[in-house]
Amino acid sequence: MIPIYGLVLAGGSSTRMKRDKAALPYRGKNQLDRAFELAARHCTEVFVSVRASQVVDPARAAHPMLVDSVAGEGPIVGIRSAMAAFPQVAWLVIACDLPFLSDAALEYLVQQRDPGSVATAYLSVHDKLPEPLCALWEPAAAAALAEYQAAGGRCPRKFLMRHRVKLLEPLDHRALDNVNTPDEYAAALAALAANPVKLRIQYFALMREQAGRSEETIETAAATPADLYGELAARYGFTLGREQLKVAVNSEFSEWSRPLAAGDDVVFIPPVAGG
Amino acid sequence: MLFRFAQTAIEAAQARLELRDASAGGFVSFEGWVRDHNEGKEVTRLEYEAFQELAVKEGDRIVSEALRRFPIKHALCIHRVGALQLSDMAVWVGVSAVHRGEAFDACRYIIDEVKHRVPIWKKEHYRGGDSGWVNCEHCAAAPHHSHEADGRGAGVHYSALDVDSRK
Repeated sequence: MIPIYGLVLAGGSSTRMKRDKAALPYRGKNQLDRAFELAARHCTEVFVSVRASQVVDPARAAHPMLVDSVAGEGPIVGIRSAMAAFPQVAWLVIACDLPFLSDAALEYLVQQRDPGSVATAYLSVHDKLPEPLCALWEPAAAAALAEYQAAGGRCPRKFLMRHRVKLLEPLDHRALDNVNTPDEYAAALAALAANPVKLRIQYFALMREQAGRSEETIETAAATPADLYGELAARYGFTLGREQLKVAVNSEFSEWSRPLAAGDDVVFIPPVAGG
Repeated sequence: MLFRFAQTAIEAAQARLELRDASAGGFVSFEGWVRDHNEGKEVTRLEYEAFQELAVKEGDRIVSEALRRFPIKHALCIHRVGALQLSDMAVWVGVSAVHRGEAFDACRYIIDEVKHRVPIWKKEHYRGGDSGWVNCEHCAAAPHHSHEADGRGAGVHYSALDVDSRK
């Protein structure tokens, strides 16, 4: 299958927020960095989509950037510019303002990918229409998007509604909530703060050796064991992929998508060898 | 308790007494021993490590399943942890039953499930000083198996939505 590149959309003008959305901090990290790192765990390469006037912004320039090369306005321009730069890849497109987006959500999208469709996308929990800004866009969309824009179209959601798209029910109803206004930002911060994140991790066998410790207590932005494993694998260089592991929360086997709560005790279980 | 760990040598003779029953006409046991070779390498000693809190629960579930599935009287599994030498007993499974057939079947079931499901890990030490966690080192290089059954797939639809009707 053709490779998947990531595109983090950060070209918006943040009019309603009245400050640059890319720079909004959540749990000590700006949301552009958070979105970039999230995408990087599921894609071969990741770029930040920016307008020409934004290339000097240090938060954006900290990452590889793709500058809009197509005329026009809105996210369609960013998506089309990425497709023009790398026509042979599929694009995992995510908006930078999705503070609840999780590894589990991106992983499911990639796993359910249908390369024969124009895109694989989630259905919005609010209006049951496709969400274009957390979607996997196939190269086949490029020509149709150009045509759509030439005919005066500007809305990627309406574009998806007119084409064959593989649509998925979201696993987590909040994962795609975006944050556009100061009030929404305050509410998102409160929601994240109300979901405390001090966890105890125990390590066994190979994982204990690779982590260099048998347990630790950490503060994390990870919402699920899947997110947590991504974070810790990056920190400790675990050699086992998540698909080779099971996970236990509070001494019982757990789903990878289970929401984590304060004080949870998490154990990653490498392939067992009793007897 | 149907499953437990032993920090020192497993006392099989003692454990066997726990399964006695006047109505039992047969007793079957399995002992797993430390072998001096594995996958072409010469093993000199090994270590078992367990996530004991969960291992005891899962082990108990396995033996309970055996007691439900097979018409047996009693069953017990004991697993070693810590450092073991060649020929040491790593695991013991005992089953008593009215007749021998069920005892053999249940004993086999318990050891097979324990090997696959209970969070216990084995580190082998080889002649020459090398060592490795069994089932973890090879698959790290070349992923080939997953023990996560993926039952997802619900909630997937195809459509080209009709724009006009959804406005």
